[in-house]
Amino acid sequence: MSTPTTAPAPADATTQAGAADWAGGHEFSLDAAWTLNPQVALRPERFGALAYHFGTRRLSFLKSPHLLTVVERLADHPTARAACLDAGLDAAQTATFGKALATLARTDMIVPRNPA
Amino acid sequence: MSTVLPRAGVPGPTAASATSTRTPMDDLLATSAAASAHATGHATTAAPTGAQMRPVGSLVDEFQSGLDAPICLTWELTYACNLACVHCLSSSGRRDPRELSTAECKGVIDELQRMQVFYVNIGGGEPTVRKDFWELVDYATAHQVGVKFSTNGSRIDAAVAEKLAASDYVDVQISLDGATAEVNDYVRGPGSYDTAMTAMGHLKDAGFSGFKLSVVCTRQNIGQLDEFKAIADHYGAQLRLTRLRPSGRGADTWDELHPLPEQQKELYDWLVAHGEDVLTGDSFFHLAAYGDALPGLNLCGAGRVVCLIDPIGDVYACPFAIHDEFLAGNVRSEGGFQGVWQTSELFLELREPQSAGACNSCDFFDKCRGGCMAAKFFTGLPMDGPDPECVLGHGEELLKQRGDAFIPKPSMDHSKNLSKRQRLEKAAAERGITLPPEGQPLPVRQNGAGIPDKACDENPLAGFGTAEVVDRGASPSVDRLAGLGFPSRLEG
Repeated sequence: MSTPTTAPAPADATTQAGAADWAGGHEFSLDAAWTLNPQVALRPERFGALAYHFGTRRLSFLKSPHLLTVVERLADHPTARAACLDAGLDAAQTATFGKALATLARTDMIVPRNPA
Repeated sequence: MSTVLPRAGVPGPTAASATSTRTPMDDLLATSAAASAHATGHATTAAPTGAQMRPVGSLVDEFQSGLDAPICLTWELTYACNLACVHCLSSSGRRDPRELSTAECKGVIDELQRMQVFYVNIGGGEPTVRKDFWELVDYATAHQVGVKFSTNGSRIDAAVAEKLAASDYVDVQISLDGATAEVNDYVRGPGSYDTAMTAMGHLKDAGFSGFKLSVVCTRQNIGQLDEFKAIADHYGAQLRLTRLRPSGRGADTWDELHPLPEQQKELYDWLVAHGEDVLTGDSFFHLAAYGDALPGLNLCGAGRVVCLIDPIGDVYACPFAIHDEFLAGNVRSEGGFQGVWQTSELFLELREPQSAGACNSCDFFDKCRGGCMAAKFFTGLPMDGPDPECVLGHGEELLKQRGDAFIPKPSMDHSKNLSKRQRLEKAAAERGITLPPEGQPLPVRQNGAGIPDKACDENPLAGFGTAEVVDRGASPSVDRLAGLGFPSRLEG
């Protein structure tokens, strides 16, 4: 079992996060197509949501209802950036959310998807 | 080592708890430590930005006031155990005839699925001795309830290990309380070291990497932390260290087994040095006054985001608090588990802000929050004061002053090592009646209809009524939860 990273996400969320440090992790790009991993379940909460990965048995807390919205809409958009836009985020917020999405990708919570 | 006789062992306090999280995250996300992820997110605060984003309190604040469903919970499936560890927090040994049936357990799992409780930590007793254990594990994982179970390893043979290795949704935790047979078997009983090592060998051979090796830290094994780490590494396991609690039979052995003050510092330093690799169930927050807080939420999740379901369906605030004071209800009641979780008076009180009491003026209160509720309760200390193992020594002072004050006993005791007379006395106490002196005849059975007066007719005192009624409420003079300086930790 891998151990979690302590490396902070890159300041510029449009750059790719550090190399995947989990087996099954993915390098994130805001300009690629993503979707929630089918092995992950979301439980909405006041603060955002719990996200649980049944395969890695990893629990994450999404600490913003908007992040939940973005994650839920990833599959409906050609890029993660478009999903952020659809959720009403501006460019600065999209950069912030990109860091969170990069962590979710690195931990296999969200996975790349064919844009078609 | 002195007074504790070697007996056999149960999955100790480890049967029950949660792991801490360790990943510092960006503002919008907190991620738990890998597998067997537990209730604790890292204590970073949410910082939503932008005008249209509704401000949300910190995760700690959110969790303090409770969630509509637990993040995870501990579920002890049986009080039966083939071992008899001297520190067993649930005083396990004999099965309780009132234990939930297979159908009732599946009903609980259905509820957990509806409530989106994503995983349970199954313990006991030794859960694998239940005939329907694997059926229940399979049922849970088929219903989106992941399982981590604690075991002494006695049923983990090569075939079981293969099956476990093939399942993503099941995690295993092997209990071991000494890095040598001498130290382990002193607490867990003769042969239990070899049993655990053999089980880990099977898991390794089956290719199950990342299972947990779970250790309760004691005075006798604090010096073996490096050896434990080496054992875990050898078997491809992840080491998990948790705190010894004075719960269950642990109440009787805590004085002898709990780490000495200088050992606490040794443990703290070791945890700081190995923090990223070792799980702790977030159970050592009371050591925070040595310096920086250890990773974790520094929050007691009891009744707020975690709880315990015991083998007979009783719901307690946490696995270390099997006592009427912390009993919220039973899953067999009309509203089921959800009703207990959402409406029990006890849990609603726990979700209110708690007073820091005597710890209010302490600079470290924000880190340790007065320590562990159960540790205070079962050592007879006030709930709104310091932990008995407060590293500033305040708990020790109180323990000295406490003298012969009444110390609460667990409400349940399924230990095997009771004499017939002791069992009778225990059963009488549970029913609020007083036994005649030894040698005199027992009272006459009054219930002619043959209907058990409790769910269990097996008990030697079922059906008897006697004169003197002992006031059960006379137990600990603790006004339920009044002024609890509530502890901090998510154990589940």
